[in-house]
Amino acid sequence: MVDVPGRSRRILAIALGALVALLTVLGLASPAGAQEEDGSREIAVRVEDRQGTRERDDDEPVEGAVITVTDEADEVVDEVETDEDGTGTITLPGEGIYTATLDLDSLPEDAGLPREGREVATVDPTRARFLNFILGDRERTTTGTLDKLPQLIFNGVNFGLIIAITAVGLSLIFGTTGLVNFSHSEHVTFGAIVAWWLNADHDLHIIPAAVLAIGIGAAAAALVNKVLWERLRSRGMSLIAMMIVSIGLSLAARSVLQLLFGGVFRPYRQLYRQDGIDIGPITTTPKVLWMMALIIVVIVVVATILQYTKIGKAMRAVADNGDLAAASGIDVDRVILFVWALGGGLAALGGILFGLQQQVHFEMGFRLLLLMFAGVTLGGLGTAYGALVGSFVVGMFVEVSTLVIPTELKNVGALFVLIIVLLFRPQGILGRAERIG
Amino acid sequence: MDWTFIVNTSLTTAFGPQAVVFALAAIGLNVHFGYTGLVNFGQVGFLAVGAYTVAMGVDTFGLSFWLCAFLTIFTASVLALLLGAPTLRLRADYLAIVTIAASEIIRLVLRAARFRETTGGAAGIQNFAGDFFDVNPFSGGRKALTFPGTDVGVTYSANQYWVLLVGWGLVALACLFVYLLVRSPWGRVLKAIREDEDAVRSLGKNVYVYKLQSLAIGGVIGAVGGVVLAVSRQSVTPDSMGTLLTFFAYVALVLGGAARVLGPVLGSIVFFFLSAFVDVALREAIEADVITFLVANEVGIVRNILVGLGLMVLMIYRPQGLIGDKKEVAVSVRR
Repeated sequence: MVDVPGRSRRILAIALGALVALLTVLGLASPAGAQEEDGSREIAVRVEDRQGTRERDDDEPVEGAVITVTDEADEVVDEVETDEDGTGTITLPGEGIYTATLDLDSLPEDAGLPREGREVATVDPTRARFLNFILGDRERTTTGTLDKLPQLIFNGVNFGLIIAITAVGLSLIFGTTGLVNFSHSEHVTFGAIVAWWLNADHDLHIIPAAVLAIGIGAAAAALVNKVLWERLRSRGMSLIAMMIVSIGLSLAARSVLQLLFGGVFRPYRQLYRQDGIDIGPITTTPKVLWMMALIIVVIVVVATILQYTKIGKAMRAVADNGDLAAASGIDVDRVILFVWALGGGLAALGGILFGLQQQVHFEMGFRLLLLMFAGVTLGGLGTAYGALVGSFVVGMFVEVSTLVIPTELKNVGALFVLIIVLLFRPQGILGRAERIG
Repeated sequence: MDWTFIVNTSLTTAFGPQAVVFALAAIGLNVHFGYTGLVNFGQVGFLAVGAYTVAMGVDTFGLSFWLCAFLTIFTASVLALLLGAPTLRLRADYLAIVTIAASEIIRLVLRAARFRETTGGAAGIQNFAGDFFDVNPFSGGRKALTFPGTDVGVTYSANQYWVLLVGWGLVALACLFVYLLVRSPWGRVLKAIREDEDAVRSLGKNVYVYKLQSLAIGGVIGAVGGVVLAVSRQSVTPDSMGTLLTFFAYVALVLGGAARVLGPVLGSIVFFFLSAFVDVALREAIEADVITFLVANEVGIVRNILVGLGLMVLMIYRPQGLIGDKKEVAVSVRR
């Protein structure tokens, strides 16, 4: 390539950009991000500083600005640092809605800042192939981190409730059968995908679709118990071996769901985008409030079942001491079947609610799994109430910790807390002190 | 469908760099799980430490490649101490959860944009093994190595032959090391811990220290696998260090036979032969329109389904794998 001096290279770039823009307007060039052979798409980003004057020629390209692109599950898909021309290329794995965030800390000290909120942009590769960040509309001011606290606590309560509702089943199954079930995450995903299938493919409104999907999720979990786990238990298989079987099942089931659902994020038809509402310092949407209320009601119902009904008492008895429960005339296999159905139904509900907030994906449950384990272990393995408390703590910790640690490391904090708690109180918050090793 | 091509590709994969990596990872797991009964679900964390010790040592800190490869022993041991100290007093199921969490912590920290200057972030680090390939005695392009008188055989590039020579050499060394270890009095204590921890404790042995040593030794062997992984690709990325790698290593271990010195090696070779065979055969069948209900990029997913089902079937019907002894497999002990 010919070595062009910086200035004329910029002019060339602008001219080319203008040409492409013109062609786009004329409908001659596809406006979509350039699609590569493997389905990934490339988008050109540019960061320039207009601080100072209104003259276009004074626009300064910003070198070294970092742009992070995340998908709908907050997983980082790409990250780019702009070159001396203030440009860079981001590669997206495929279609979908992505969020590009300009890291304000990466900007040079003397650069301006984008207009409030404009450091975050939504990227849809089917619609646009350029992304520009314009700086200089705002002076640098420092925002107090504590101002974010109410919002983070609210997010933490919301996330904690979702982990809690999915983790109750995991804990009850451990309590009654001793199985550390790594395939629990697939029960979560299964519920969300069944609801999506009823909702999108069969035109059922999300609410009846969700109710049906929870029923199907409960039935599926009961079936898995009947066909697989009950037989393994009666063969006298060791718990470690069953744990490894559950890993195989998790991988197989997750891949089947991937094959059927595809590797993309899909929203439910209803309750997709809602206008935000402000309650004091907190911004949220009506659907989130309704979901939180629903989870609290369900938790109260589950607690009532556990505490006062015959089957609930039987469940706690089996969890406490299976042999003793069997000796006192409780049909342990029937209780375990009920625990699986309950756990599967709750996992499906959690999956649907999580899908309503973040869209449906075949790995959504798997991404929650370690946080569920953290919550369950934190609360005390095998106790239903412990799972609720522990999950709530984990959800809260994940969100509020972003005050001091980068958002991308928030799950690290929660997993780290798990290890620390095991060090000092291995039986968990609500667990009974007993020898566990 | 070209069966010679399918068989040759499968053989090439079965003895290729990936098989070396998983053989080493599984030999390490064999020390943990097969001999000591420790359920380590975070083996990939050790591979990541090994791979990044070399990649970061050379690329970020400008150290010599050979020094970094040697340093791996220390970094992996440090991880084993950090991981083992708080967790090895816990029951097997707790250990499983904590180790898988630890390996995810390592992956998430390595891919964080915050530490990009040091770790390379999500894009990882590339081209750091120049010193290794500079002393490559092989030269020329891709060469086939076939059985005399047939077309059946393997094909690798000169660089791959060099990686494989060193890699399988390391596998042989690791096997010899494990063979000597488990035959020693120390190894007998490990097996005793696997069978009945309390009995060993009552004999006055410090079970905790033995477990810690076992975790460190298996971890170092796994980390060496990580170095081979990084060097063979001249690239390391955090997302190649996901939990799936640990699970595949378990499949290789269980398939070959846990608590057997050569079990993980055999398991890794057979696993990659079968996995590549399914992969290539399906792709060929799709290309030849024999199979029409799949498209080429779904083949990997189908392979994962089969791997998952395979692990379940193995654990249920043949937990001792190909050459294991049922009495010696930790999973048959009911507790």
